[in-house]
Amino acid sequence: MSRIGVFVCHCGLNIAKTVRVSEVVEFAANLPEVVIAEEYRFVCSTPGQELIAGDIKKYNLDRIIVAACSPLMHEKTFRKVAEAAGLNQYLVTIVNIREQCSWVTEDEDVATKKAKALINGAVYRARLLAPLVSRFIDVNPEVVVVGGGIAGIQTALEIAAVGRKVYLVERTPTIGGHMAQFDKTFPTLDCSACILTPKMDAVLQNPNIELLTYCEVAEVKGFVGNFDVKIRQKARYVDHAKCNACLACVEKCPGKGESEFDEGLAKRKAIYIPFPQAVPQKPVIDRETCTYFIKGKCRLCEKICEQKAIDYEQADSYIEIKAGAIVAATGYDLMDVKPLAQYGYGRYPAVYHALEIERLFNSAGPTAGKVVMRDGREPQSIAILHCIGSRDKNNYEYCSRVCCMYSLKFAHLLKEKTHGDVYQLYIDMRAGGKGYEEFYSRLLEEDVKFIRGKAATVTHRTKNPEEEGKLIVEVDDTLTGKFARIPVDMVVLAPAMKPRADAKDMARMLNLSTDKYGFFMEKHPKLAPLSTMTDGVFIAGACQSPKDIPDTVSQATGAAAEALTIVSKAKMELEAATAMVNAAACSGCRNCVTVCPYSAPSMNEEKGVSEINEALCKGCGLCAAACPTSAIITRHFTNEQVMAEMEGLMEF
Amino acid sequence: MSSVITPYLEMSQAIAEAGGEAFKKCYQCGTCSGTCPWTPISEFSIRKLVRLSQLGLEGIEDLMWSCSTCKFCVDRCPRGVEIIDLVTSVRNVYAGGGLLPQTLRTLVGSLSSRGNPWSGDQEKRNDWAQGKYPLYAEGMEYLFFPCCTGCYDQRNVSVSRATAELLTRAGLSWGLAGAEVNCCGESVKKVGDYELFDRLKGNNAGIFSGLKARKIITASPHCHFTFKNEYGGAYEVIHITELLAELIKEGRLTPKKDASGLKVTYHDPCYLGRHGGIYAAPREIIAALPGVELCEMDRIREGSICCGGGGGGLWVERMKGERLSDFRIEEAMETGASVITTACPYCIAMIDDSIRTANAEDRIKLKDVTEILIDYLEE
Repeated sequence: MSRIGVFVCHCGLNIAKTVRVSEVVEFAANLPEVVIAEEYRFVCSTPGQELIAGDIKKYNLDRIIVAACSPLMHEKTFRKVAEAAGLNQYLVTIVNIREQCSWVTEDEDVATKKAKALINGAVYRARLLAPLVSRFIDVNPEVVVVGGGIAGIQTALEIAAVGRKVYLVERTPTIGGHMAQFDKTFPTLDCSACILTPKMDAVLQNPNIELLTYCEVAEVKGFVGNFDVKIRQKARYVDHAKCNACLACVEKCPGKGESEFDEGLAKRKAIYIPFPQAVPQKPVIDRETCTYFIKGKCRLCEKICEQKAIDYEQADSYIEIKAGAIVAATGYDLMDVKPLAQYGYGRYPAVYHALEIERLFNSAGPTAGKVVMRDGREPQSIAILHCIGSRDKNNYEYCSRVCCMYSLKFAHLLKEKTHGDVYQLYIDMRAGGKGYEEFYSRLLEEDVKFIRGKAATVTHRTKNPEEEGKLIVEVDDTLTGKFARIPVDMVVLAPAMKPRADAKDMARMLNLSTDKYGFFMEKHPKLAPLSTMTDGVFIAGACQSPKDIPDTVSQATGAAAEALTIVSKAKMELEAATAMVNAAACSGCRNCVTVCPYSAPSMNEEKGVSEINEALCKGCGLCAAACPTSAIITRHFTNEQVMAEMEGLMEF
Repeated sequence: MSSVITPYLEMSQAIAEAGGEAFKKCYQCGTCSGTCPWTPISEFSIRKLVRLSQLGLEGIEDLMWSCSTCKFCVDRCPRGVEIIDLVTSVRNVYAGGGLLPQTLRTLVGSLSSRGNPWSGDQEKRNDWAQGKYPLYAEGMEYLFFPCCTGCYDQRNVSVSRATAELLTRAGLSWGLAGAEVNCCGESVKKVGDYELFDRLKGNNAGIFSGLKARKIITASPHCHFTFKNEYGGAYEVIHITELLAELIKEGRLTPKKDASGLKVTYHDPCYLGRHGGIYAAPREIIAALPGVELCEMDRIREGSICCGGGGGGLWVERMKGERLSDFRIEEAMETGASVITTACPYCIAMIDDSIRTANAEDRIKLKDVTEILIDYLEE
């Protein structure tokens, strides 16, 4: 005979408004093996917890049932109360009479009846519960950060600052990401390089950070505390251990490629560093544009290199890393605006996208900071078109969040550099950050012309002599209700920020879910924005949703703290309610291996039976349900326990 | 109109209930009105129509007849607002009380009493065929449905004849529907008279199912759209250009006459292109003429500009300078083409009118795709 206590919560009026709590309590009190049933306005409050603890002692309870909200909210709370009162935490049962009763109907009778049914089932099951003991595993103290933009840099620096080792994995030849391409940052107009390059250098200098550029994550195995990460080091054809960064090779190289860093607006050599402040300062050879790799002869770089660092035979290699936590900070891509033919990108050379014009502003860019167009002219009139592909059901439904502000920044820089006329074509000005509205006001005073209307078409079809040689932006100026034709020299598009083209592959490797656009999904949008459904894997920055630099840096700092909560402990507690295989009954059918979302079961080929890695198991019970021979037992949800609960429910 | 407005939500509700509820999604960005071909040449603003509908404000009546349902705005709308549904709903709500403009009253009256918009006698529907072609009988492969316009409008009758001739020369098994069929109802639906549309549809649908039609060929993209999307019968609906392009590919029709030096441009009808998704077939037909040069206009395919004839526009009087087809022929002539082709009876009627009023007959000729194909079929 067990001794069960039932505690029914009002949750203020959340439950009590619909469920007749006193009636439920009276019902529970008369159930077999229930010693005491009580009600309280907020069972989760301190007095509520004290009520439970007191009753456990007073009535010598060996099982408790709390009928309240979802176990996701307070199961942990009540488990702690039980443990503190000397009761094993697995002898606590939560019955959800809020989300599953009072919040889903306004009918008191139905809600009350369902609450009784759920409690009845819980009592049946509680009688069969057994105490379980948690186990502990060792935690690997190192962290892998994927992505070397501002998010990854910040995360790595924060983790390294407390003395933990970080591997920073970046797939291009340098860290810095998109932020390194920018000239100024809104709303303060700080020089982007001035605030970023010290951090890039700090990464290089930090003994706790191992910088892995030109590297990609190839495989991730394991689980929280014990990840095995395989990194592919792409062949650089330059031995960085020997290279002294003199860059004489770059100077002599006859190869020519399009500079990715300059968005194709400038050329780079085949052996190159992406930009002068790149970290590391050591070059790589791009096979696609290297004369030797194309024609079989040249080898000029090899001849010039005093360090003998050039190695054409170099191949991709692999690095195996053990880590306790992983932070994904893989950033975003800008959408390809060519398919939106109405804006003329790719058709008219005077149409630029946002990252291109960033490079035109930059003193280290293709025009040395002068705003001159592809035809060499300095524009005297410029239209900046907002929401290109953002807030658009035909493309990306979400607001890309940063475009309003960087468009203001562009307007300021264009005014400053060209003294031309600048138009902003916007739908809604979104300036919701600190200092952003003030920046908007400043730009209004700088006499930028704001036109409320989404640009419809960019065309070369002129209607009068004043329009000759210009691009015409057609738009409904919705504030006057008039159709406007704006002749300009240059058009700048603010395209949607979208997930990386290979975000799905990365998500698969890290076992992350993605939202409908392909951004990485956080565990909870408000309360766990940096965690994911995979324990030990965290996300930061624009890989989760479009973000500006301040938000990205905040998230990166937070993600570092999240990772540290795992790797700062030598051991970690494992869920005790896991599944186990009764090897004698296992037929080796592999159903469990197929259905498990956490890759916990695997076949022991030698014995021909399945085995479950308890560190990976979340106790969801899918395998037990799929097991045709009932060889799998889910602790805390054994067949007997589940059947008993169902029996209790069926009585209603 | 007073300068003070008060939302009249009952009206907004009525529009929503008539099928226009998509206005709820609109955030007034102006993509529709910036895209709409009428905006630069008239006082019409489709965005304003949506706005007035959202609040049920007066002034809708003055705007609602201008839209030619060309679908350019719908395709570009970032909110997925079904603007054409809104326009027809507004017309339904307001014109339900008989507030039709005079010219549209003629259209609706003729459709109601004679089953066609051209005040033609119902029994003379097949007169254009001069008894040369068989009526559809069970077992035939294709039922050819020339639009009312192709039956009664002089310019378009020649298109119907060209089509019938091509079908015959290709050796297809085909027949005409009897004179008892009526207009597909597309225009009257867009004008907002849902009741009359249902009557017209009911009659046709009954006849098609009685004939056990399996494949219906339409000359008009408007009939094509309506049979396909509004009738829901168990038959395949094929636009003539799709069929002809296929016949050319199969070698069952081969243009042999030399077209060297012939410069042709092609105007995408809204209901064939944006509504029907058919852009390639008519161009493939033109490209099959030996030696022809297809000179494309700047605004084509998904970005094509309406002739102004859709959505009842064919029957709406418009001032000079407010006729889209006038601008379209200018654009066609800019390409250097001597022939403008198209594949829709409404486009034919509108463009023909514009060429004549501009006295441009010696600079540009208008041909339906079927007509130019038959011209170059034999040496």
